[in-house]
Amino acid sequence: MSYSPLPLHIPDGFLNLVISLIFWGITIITVGIAISKTNKSLGEKQVPLMGIMAAFIFAAQMLNFPVAGGTSGHFLGGALAAIVLGPWAGILVMTAVIAVQGLLFQDGGLLVMGANIFNMGLLTAMIGFGLYRSVSGRNKRTRLVVAGVAAWLAVLASALVASLQLWLSGTTRLEIVVPAMLGVHVLIGLGEAAITVAAISFIEQTRPDLLNEKAISAKGGRGWVYAGVVISLLAVLLSPLASANPDGLERVARDMGFLHLGQSASYKILPNYTIPFLGGTALSTIVAGAVGALVVLGLMIVIGGMLRRKKVHQHE
Amino acid sequence: MHADAFDRFHEADSRLHRLDPRVKVVVTTLFILSNALLPDGAWAAFGLSWIVLLWANHLSSLGVEFTFKRSFIALPFALAAISAIFSPLGNPLADWSIGPLTLIPTDYGLIKFGSIMLRSWISVQAAILLVATTRFPDMIHAFEHLHVPAILTTIVSFLYRYLFVLTDEVMRLLRARQSRSGSVAGLKSGRSVVWRARVTGNMAGQLFLRSYERSDRIYTAMQARGYTGQLRTLNPHVMQSRDWVFAALSIVIILLLQLTGRF
Repeated sequence: MSYSPLPLHIPDGFLNLVISLIFWGITIITVGIAISKTNKSLGEKQVPLMGIMAAFIFAAQMLNFPVAGGTSGHFLGGALAAIVLGPWAGILVMTAVIAVQGLLFQDGGLLVMGANIFNMGLLTAMIGFGLYRSVSGRNKRTRLVVAGVAAWLAVLASALVASLQLWLSGTTRLEIVVPAMLGVHVLIGLGEAAITVAAISFIEQTRPDLLNEKAISAKGGRGWVYAGVVISLLAVLLSPLASANPDGLERVARDMGFLHLGQSASYKILPNYTIPFLGGTALSTIVAGAVGALVVLGLMIVIGGMLRRKKVHQHE
Repeated sequence: MHADAFDRFHEADSRLHRLDPRVKVVVTTLFILSNALLPDGAWAAFGLSWIVLLWANHLSSLGVEFTFKRSFIALPFALAAISAIFSPLGNPLADWSIGPLTLIPTDYGLIKFGSIMLRSWISVQAAILLVATTRFPDMIHAFEHLHVPAILTTIVSFLYRYLFVLTDEVMRLLRARQSRSGSVAGLKSGRSVVWRARVTGNMAGQLFLRSYERSDRIYTAMQARGYTGQLRTLNPHVMQSRDWVFAALSIVIILLLQLTGRF
């Protein structure tokens, strides 16, 4: 079976217990809210729908397209699920997908599943749905561009948070894991964005009732827009900082006491004694630059869209 | 495609197979938790954990080497941990200069890396053994008993039930794309990457609509059969004395592993 693991599923053993439990806590609370929200707003009909949508995301992850030199673009689907099904249902669907991948295929661990659901389910729902909702009343081109940017950013934010989790667990060095993970996922995210945009444009043509402005605002409130923009901004600001200036991020984390979360005592005893072998290279600078530029572009579109919407409201 | 194409269950009649799925889920989770709790460099405890795992393999009658042969799935992720070898803490062991880079592996870093790899490797094998000896519907039922919300377990049951149907759909879409994509040797075939991504995106959209409409039909069919929002099971899963004994023994063994790791 052509089922290939994606490099975002963290296996057991790579995160320490404290980090694993913190993210299990966040995930359980959010999934609990998602369950009560979907129970309230949806009938029993939604349960088979969400189950089959989960199977859809799982199956769609097998779709690939050749890029170059034997590599191929793949699909995670978190942003698409949140846009089409709404954020709460999207979170439940991605939770089910990640649970089955971990349980059945050992793609991602059990103890670290909370972190995996957070990275690939919650973050992608917030960014995907939040950014898309902010432009749901605008013209088609804007909607598709924002959907693409959101899908790309969602993959990037997942990769960034996964790297930070690995670093806080004492598993990897910050100055290596961030440029490496972001470098790979900048490209994976492009495939994700292309597939998401094409899929949404296809669904808008064939079933416009699922994605019109009314349907989208019924799926989640304005709060999602703010959450999506804030998370995107954080990802955008942290990515270049973590790539270009890992020492700075490390200092901030130490000052705020985050580094005590790691079992590794190395950073507490010998602060700032680091061997610079990727921190200042061209790779990390290029990655940081690319991330920064694209993110600024995306935010300009989003903020522009929000401002214009406000104007329209004032005219009404 | 066959309905059990994704199944990782291995049919056998063994003590592990007969065990209540709740016990298996809880003991596996505790075992993985125990691995996470073992301190770096507790080689004796890691070794004992692996022996316990081999013994569990033996109990499952699938063969002692069963999980070992399937345990390399997490290996690509090892790349993420390699940088731990060059931890600034500890005594330098060597000094490798590769171009502009200077790599200094340390004893502390090597211990850290080895421990991460062992933890991950043993945990993956425990999870493999769990799914090899437990039918997936039974496992979902165990989660229901363990108070995982019904809506989640129902979604997962549907996912499992329809996974192979939709995978068939994906295979048809992929086959259709392949038959449309003729190529002549020596000539460039297909168009730009963007175009290829769009074709794939249309396939994803197509798959979405087919799944969406299928879920409508499935819901109607289920309603006709008396579906009220919950799946029922015919296996009541009652804990028997041998399940309690196994659970108690496993917890004692895990505690002993922890003691070995700490002294």
